[in-house]
Amino acid sequence: MEDAIVLTYEVSPDDFTRAGEASSDVKSKLKQMGVSPEAVRKVAIAMYEGEINMVIHAKGGEITVSITPEQITMVLADVGPGIPDVELAMKAGYSTAPDEIRSLGFGAGMGLPNMKKYTDEMNIDTTVGVGTTITMVVKL
Amino acid sequence: MTVKDLMDTGKFQVVSPGDDTERVIEKVFCCDLLSVAMGRAPSGCAWVTVMGNMNTLAVASLTDAACVILAEGAALDEVAEKKAAQQGITVLATEEPIFETAMGIYQSL
Repeated sequence: MEDAIVLTYEVSPDDFTRAGEASSDVKSKLKQMGVSPEAVRKVAIAMYEGEINMVIHAKGGEITVSITPEQITMVLADVGPGIPDVELAMKAGYSTAPDEIRSLGFGAGMGLPNMKKYTDEMNIDTTVGVGTTITMVVKL
Repeated sequence: MTVKDLMDTGKFQVVSPGDDTERVIEKVFCCDLLSVAMGRAPSGCAWVTVMGNMNTLAVASLTDAACVILAEGAALDEVAEKKAAQQGITVLATEEPIFETAMGIYQSL
């Protein structure tokens, strides 16, 4: 991994107007690097869903994106409440998002399923009361 | 049909002209739930929605939609309008309902 290009982003808590800035930045950087549009789209969607989750459920966090010629790895780490039942959270349509989030068009319970759908590998490491780290890989 | 062709029909109010008006509209997509749109909006689509907030723009940009059409008289707030201009996203608006708007675009593709 010594050739990896590493990008790091802080995700601010409770700021919906800025949610998506990190994903947009990664999207434009990958485009500039000549990564295929399909891979760029997958990374952008998966990362945005993760970013939104960090704003809604955790108090922000940190995203690290490593880019090599073979793959793009996204690590989203927060110190939020953790996910008590990962299997249930992965179920399409299941959501614990509050009403004000739903009124913005989110909270349909599609975030984690979308992240899985658009990545080649996804791992959720979570402990209730400690935080969640999600690692996602898109192969190039 | 390109985004510019759609603008030239005169049926829509141009909220933000966007950077890539020569882009070809390949499909029409309707959805108001952003989480669903995020997973399903096809690249190059004209996305018809009533959800006009900042996050609509983020979803449009990240899914690589060709343009956003706000139906039913939905509007962007001032901050979102600025963001659309900054990011070069085409946003059009109409008083027509979603179905009629989407159908009209679909028939001109």
